[in-house]
Amino acid sequence: MSAAKNINITLNIWRQKNSQSKGKMETYKLNDVSTASSFLEMLDQLNEQLVNERKEPIAFDHDCREGICGMCSLYINGRAHGPDTGITTCQLHMRMFNDGDTIVIEPWRSVAFPVIKDLIVDRTSFDRIQQAGGFVSVNTSGNTIDANTIPVPKDDADKAFEAAACIGCGACVATCKNGSAMLFVGAKVSQYALLPQGKVEATNRVLNMVRQMDEEGFGNCTNTGACEIECPKGISLENIARMNREYLSASCKG
Amino acid sequence: MKLDSKIPEGHISQKWTDYKDHLRLVAPNNRPKIDIIVVGTGLAGASAAASFAEMGYNVKAFCYQDSPRRAHSIAAQGGINAAKNYQNDGDSTFRLFYDTIKGGDYRAREANVHRLAEVSGNIIDQCVAQGVPFARDYGGMLDNRSFGGTQVQRTFYAAGQTGQQLLLGAYSSLSRQIGLGKIDMYNRHEMLELVKVDGKARGIIARNLITGELERHSAHAVIIASGGYGNVYFLSTNAMGSNVTAGWKVHKQGALFANPCYVQIHPTCIPVHGTNQSKLTLMSESLRNSGRIWVPKKKEDAEAIRAGKMKPTQIAEEDRDYYLERKYPAFGNLVPRDVASRAAKEVCDAGHGIEANDTNEGVYLDFSTEIQSKGKQTAYAKGNHNPSQEEIISLGKKWLEEKYGNLFTMYQKITDENPYETPMKIYPAVHYTMGGVWVDYNLQSTIPGCFVAGEANFSDHGANRLGASALMQGLADGYFVLPYTVSNYLADDIRTGKISTDLPEFIEAEKNVKDLINKFLTNDGTKTVDHFHKRLGNIMWNKVGMGRNEKGLTEAISEIAALKEEFYKEVYVPGSADELNPELEKVLRVADFIELGQLMAIDALQRKESCGGHFREEYQDAEGETLRDDENFKFVGAWEYKGYDISKEELHKEELKYEFIKIAARNYK
Repeated sequence: MSAAKNINITLNIWRQKNSQSKGKMETYKLNDVSTASSFLEMLDQLNEQLVNERKEPIAFDHDCREGICGMCSLYINGRAHGPDTGITTCQLHMRMFNDGDTIVIEPWRSVAFPVIKDLIVDRTSFDRIQQAGGFVSVNTSGNTIDANTIPVPKDDADKAFEAAACIGCGACVATCKNGSAMLFVGAKVSQYALLPQGKVEATNRVLNMVRQMDEEGFGNCTNTGACEIECPKGISLENIARMNREYLSASCKG
Repeated sequence: MKLDSKIPEGHISQKWTDYKDHLRLVAPNNRPKIDIIVVGTGLAGASAAASFAEMGYNVKAFCYQDSPRRAHSIAAQGGINAAKNYQNDGDSTFRLFYDTIKGGDYRAREANVHRLAEVSGNIIDQCVAQGVPFARDYGGMLDNRSFGGTQVQRTFYAAGQTGQQLLLGAYSSLSRQIGLGKIDMYNRHEMLELVKVDGKARGIIARNLITGELERHSAHAVIIASGGYGNVYFLSTNAMGSNVTAGWKVHKQGALFANPCYVQIHPTCIPVHGTNQSKLTLMSESLRNSGRIWVPKKKEDAEAIRAGKMKPTQIAEEDRDYYLERKYPAFGNLVPRDVASRAAKEVCDAGHGIEANDTNEGVYLDFSTEIQSKGKQTAYAKGNHNPSQEEIISLGKKWLEEKYGNLFTMYQKITDENPYETPMKIYPAVHYTMGGVWVDYNLQSTIPGCFVAGEANFSDHGANRLGASALMQGLADGYFVLPYTVSNYLADDIRTGKISTDLPEFIEAEKNVKDLINKFLTNDGTKTVDHFHKRLGNIMWNKVGMGRNEKGLTEAISEIAALKEEFYKEVYVPGSADELNPELEKVLRVADFIELGQLMAIDALQRKESCGGHFREEYQDAEGETLRDDENFKFVGAWEYKGYDISKEELHKEELKYEFIKIAARNYK
């Protein structure tokens, strides 16, 4: 255990007034940051300082601050969610940094994630992909069959869960040199492909979701695997392979 | 005002069925003529919006996040209860009903809770049909676990991410309807006012959080599903954006606010590390199965630990106070949440806290006993009947890792301490609010056409919620209650036609919101929004927190009133109204938290008894346990707004009747 201490840091942060304006990097000094603080608490501290100086605070997305809602983003020192693995930005702590460090903070960079303001980007393209096919067409009724009527092999259920653990943060896209969303889409397609409930609509689902993904301007996968490394939830590349198989078989049927 | 809960006649097991059979319907050809607004896209909001759209209504759904998938239901870890009796341990609808009423310390409505238990099984069926990947056993059947001290295994789960999987299921249904054009989804929008026309809820004013534009939206009914108000304490396990604004605006428009003082404080959270802390992180209740909670017996040991001169592992067994095991031998470390939280506060107040922060608040959750016992067990199971101490420890740690690995890693990331080697430090934190907007059996508030669902209403958990029941309630309200009761209400609206947003009521509501925003932006004060929010949180935590008394509550009421005056005079909000402005979003929320905070203290002062999460220090038995007063306080306390001065709010009482369950004292000794 290392005791918490205070450090002084320099921050280079992307500032952009709105989606139409041109942005630029700006430099800020921040002193007395506790190494026990989370990265976003450090940004809170900077914003408090800026507001007290009557300057405009930095806009960034965040909500649950416990690594599950997927709202926080940030490209920190050239890495999605910063210099630690298996976590989101809100779970990154300042003890990863040293006194005197300069930290560079940029928004997610991708054609399909346009900047709204400062570090906030528009990820509604992910919602539209989900709307194109990421569901089972079952209405609310209270009269679906009993939940235990169809047994699901534990291995399939576990794999479906691992795919469904995706939080939709977009780190995979941000880190990909092609701006590909195939890890995100592959995870959703896989969840349903592995479960009997998802089989009925499997063909249309994968075709529609991939079509929407392409329309949104996401790039293609060239098997680099950066997405898997930066994914805070450890979503496996296998899901992309499974989606490709699903897509191929659906295209033949279609 | 006479409160009519509209509970149907008949036997408890038949009430909902008979009632449903006689509710009015809206024919499929008329539903497209009717609009419904849903505020919030958590479990209750998303499931309601999807269900209404499937039925054929036009739905407009609103959330402040960038996507409906991010609502805070997503953070629920443990599970969802349902009376399926898949494990053959004698579970039934009645038992789930009984456990929930008892867990709520006999302060919830029988009829609502029974309905909740009745539909619990349907929820699991619906979710599985949607493709929610619940945990399963090797036969492919759904797995269950025990939770929160019940005697049956009725909790369905998906690892430690059950809330996430259920919300993504509801989000998938919502997404399907958005794709079909039946739901207009408004992401990054915040409801800032309810619009009433002829006394009925007919729309809302919402602010587009990107452009800052105020928008008028009309509908024939408005559903509020905006979650709980734990962030009134500043520090809580809620998301940063979780707020009470939608519920509070409805309250100011005439809906009563019920039992605001009922707050659940969860015993196992990571303690506060310093003044810049923004939120608290929960460590799942399941850890109490394997961990033993203790503090040093000697104050000087606690001091030495806080000063960094001593380590917990250096404290001898006889110098440790396993206070839960000492006080509650029958339940030990597995007493209910409210009991465990109060006991932690008691030992810290007495000077035994071990965390080196401003308040010294923290206790140990120690896994060393479990490492020894499970390590030995595993060694024996492998045929090694004479294991060395090293072998035992190594096998014990491995056992823990399999069971709680992800939680231990999460703890280590946050605290930089290794819980396999040194005990975890934990302390209670605000987690869930049982109080909320008062609703009748239809989930309708005292404003016709304004329905409230999920954590935002007050209806099902009484004075204390049991683990794994929040997810059940959210989905029950959205999937299986509102579709019936809202249709019944809308049966009168098939000839109404579209509600115009040019009505004077909309113009006035929009103007009021605009004036409030301008007031804050031109205030030119000297202090930030967070400055006030933290001060409010401080008052609430110290005086309206785990232990409450008349003196503290009286002080809190006047301190919050003074804070409100200072807030309106001194708060500074940068930026403008017509842009993305997070400080402006915060100031509007904090303004409502301040008013609610005062009402919570007033409600806590009024309730001269201890029940569930509400502990009045004056009302405890000789052993320090809660002392209910069923004679005088067996009622729902519902408050009516009376203008700017919150101390003028008027209390209305809804008597609680227990016809099918016999009231008893809760005992965990």
